Amino acid sequence: MDDSTLSAGRRNVLRVLGAGAAWQVLPFGIGRAGAAEKLVVGVIYVGPRDDFGYNQAQAQAVAVLKKMPGVKVIEEEKVPETVAVQKTMEAMINQDKATLIFATSFGYFDPHVLKMAEKYPNVRFAHCGGLWTAGKHPKNVGSFFGYIDECQYLDGIAAASTSKTRKLGFIAAKPIPQVLRNINAFLLGARSVDPKATVKVIFTGDWSLPVKEAEAANSLIDQGVDVLTCHVDSPKVIVETAERRGVYSCGYHASQAKLAPRGYLTGAEWDWQTPYMLIVKAAMEGKPMINFLRGGLKEGFVKPSPFGPAVSVEARKKSDTVKAAMLKGDFLIFKGPLVDNTGKTVIAAGKAEGQQDPQLESMNYLVDGVIGQI
Amino acid sequence: MNPVWTLFAPLAPFTAAAGAAALLFALFLAAQGFPAVEALGLVVEGAYGSSFAWQNTLSRAAPLMLTALCVALPARAGLVIIGGEGALAVGALAAAMVPSACAGWSGLPVQVLMALAGFVVGGAWVSLSAWLRHARGVNETISSLLLAYIGIAVFNFLVEGVLRDPASLNKPSTPPLADAYLIGSMPGLDVHWGLVWGVVFCIAAWFLVRQTVFGFAVGVVGGNPRAALMAGLPVGSLILASCFLGGGAAGVAGMLEVAAVHGSDNAALLAGYGYAGILVSFAARHNPLGIIACAILVGGIGASGSLLQRRLDLPDAATLVLQGALFVALLAFETLNRKGVRRV
Repeated sequence: MDDSTLSAGRRNVLRVLGAGAAWQVLPFGIGRAGAAEKLVVGVIYVGPRDDFGYNQAQAQAVAVLKKMPGVKVIEEEKVPETVAVQKTMEAMINQDKATLIFATSFGYFDPHVLKMAEKYPNVRFAHCGGLWTAGKHPKNVGSFFGYIDECQYLDGIAAASTSKTRKLGFIAAKPIPQVLRNINAFLLGARSVDPKATVKVIFTGDWSLPVKEAEAANSLIDQGVDVLTCHVDSPKVIVETAERRGVYSCGYHASQAKLAPRGYLTGAEWDWQTPYMLIVKAAMEGKPMINFLRGGLKEGFVKPSPFGPAVSVEARKKSDTVKAAMLKGDFLIFKGPLVDNTGKTVIAAGKAEGQQDPQLESMNYLVDGVIGQI
Repeated sequence: MNPVWTLFAPLAPFTAAAGAAALLFALFLAAQGFPAVEALGLVVEGAYGSSFAWQNTLSRAAPLMLTALCVALPARAGLVIIGGEGALAVGALAAAMVPSACAGWSGLPVQVLMALAGFVVGGAWVSLSAWLRHARGVNETISSLLLAYIGIAVFNFLVEGVLRDPASLNKPSTPPLADAYLIGSMPGLDVHWGLVWGVVFCIAAWFLVRQTVFGFAVGVVGGNPRAALMAGLPVGSLILASCFLGGGAAGVAGMLEVAAVHGSDNAALLAGYGYAGILVSFAARHNPLGIIACAILVGGIGASGSLLQRRLDLPDAATLVLQGALFVALLAFETLNRKGVRRV
């Protein structure tokens, strides 16, 4: 009795380490669920699925998953980044027999997803936004994310082309690398059409603070800003405020065009369908978990919202030219000489940082032209 | 009176309330076109239907026991304190700073020091409201709530500023605790030791309130502060002490979140346990033993809400409806246990 449990344990350890022949890697997938059974996929959101923003973008991809044959999706929304998300993951595994879990909020990764992944080596965990590192993180975990700064650059082109005051506004949650990268890309896009354009940034301090976001929007508009964009979980309030005050807006996460039929220029949207499909297919075919997955416009991870009526034909052309270059894969957003807004050179002349450059994942500056401080 | 009835009488209000809440919730679901009977079954299954469900429930309940004490103990002295979240935040801050000062120490002494730091700082934080009330006549409910905002702001300022671990890129956090300082799960269970801390604190609080001279004196202050003064009781000290102990409990909740769940200070730690504790304490009528039961109830609603979402595609808001129905019913049926209801 003791012997058999022990050897079973050892076998499991070997499986986890992925040692031995290729078939031993299989248990990462749906090995224990027979071919006839459906793959149960659990999806966890940090906010409501209909937030016109971050969570809605994920839910749109999940809606496509639901239509796939052989897949059963279970969802849970408004799960905080505490022990609650650990218990939700465990409940999905124990009560619903999920073998693939999408944990969509950044804060779920460390320690929650990592802890559960160690405890349940036969379940796959796909996390949005994290930085999976070989040797450090378990093999049944993967992180996926998109280079949405490409769309922010395109937003910047549309914004600066439409603005009359040359003052653009950016409402951001926290001064963390992913957010700074978006602000900087927006400014660089704007400066590519109008070298005198500026971006005024306000940090609200958290991901979902609708009251503060509305106050920030009004304050920016009062200061002469006539195009607003943002990086918060739900751009709803900001886009609505801009529309009501008669200025323009660029969206984020999902399309907010419906909220501002007059002033919505374009927006930076996620297209999570692509990574979701890749990860689900790998699980169904029993291939190893995709540990690190990144992509931009070219790979179909992000997309711009269709242009609104306020964007001129000329601006559309400029934007589409850059978009075509991005789709070919030969467009660089961050290239030297690049100076930050304190006068320090952050990328030397003649150098450039491509999309996959790890330097960009730890960005800690606002480029010259952005008004605000970290 | 029939001895069997005497034994079960205290449970009557609770049973009646649970029944009424179930009925209300079922009616609500049926009106929305959801399968009401199945949903009620899932509520029980998700919260208390299996050993996994129990562990799920208890994990969610653990921090609420401590934050509820931050309401219950001051309430004994007649103060309505609703700023437990602030005490939790500053307690977590203090606790996370301990390990860097004790490099090279072994696990247990550091954990004890962390708990002590959380207790003292959390306690001092809520004592501020007591002092403002006693010395300056400031309403303690308002001041504790405002102090909670300040505590949270200080927490975020430090965690995203000087205390930030430069390696924590997109989730600003303090440096992670060494593994030796982390608090793990209880043997054979998937619930961390924080549950035991919560239960022990509640029992100790019950003993203090019901069985000691101090508890009696605090009760007199809560009943009538003028009479307490006339009787020669040190009203100011008693108010301060009860708030210190309550805030200390919330501070320890913060310490446990750091050491048992998150492994560092970061914004995710402030998930509203301090505010949920208000509900738990009021529903338990500020009785420390009742808090244990009510925390398990709220934890159970969280766990079953999770199952309802997954099985029936109900929105998260359905959980709030159930929670609301249950607590209104609890408060309404609580009078069943009294000899007579006094009408004003």
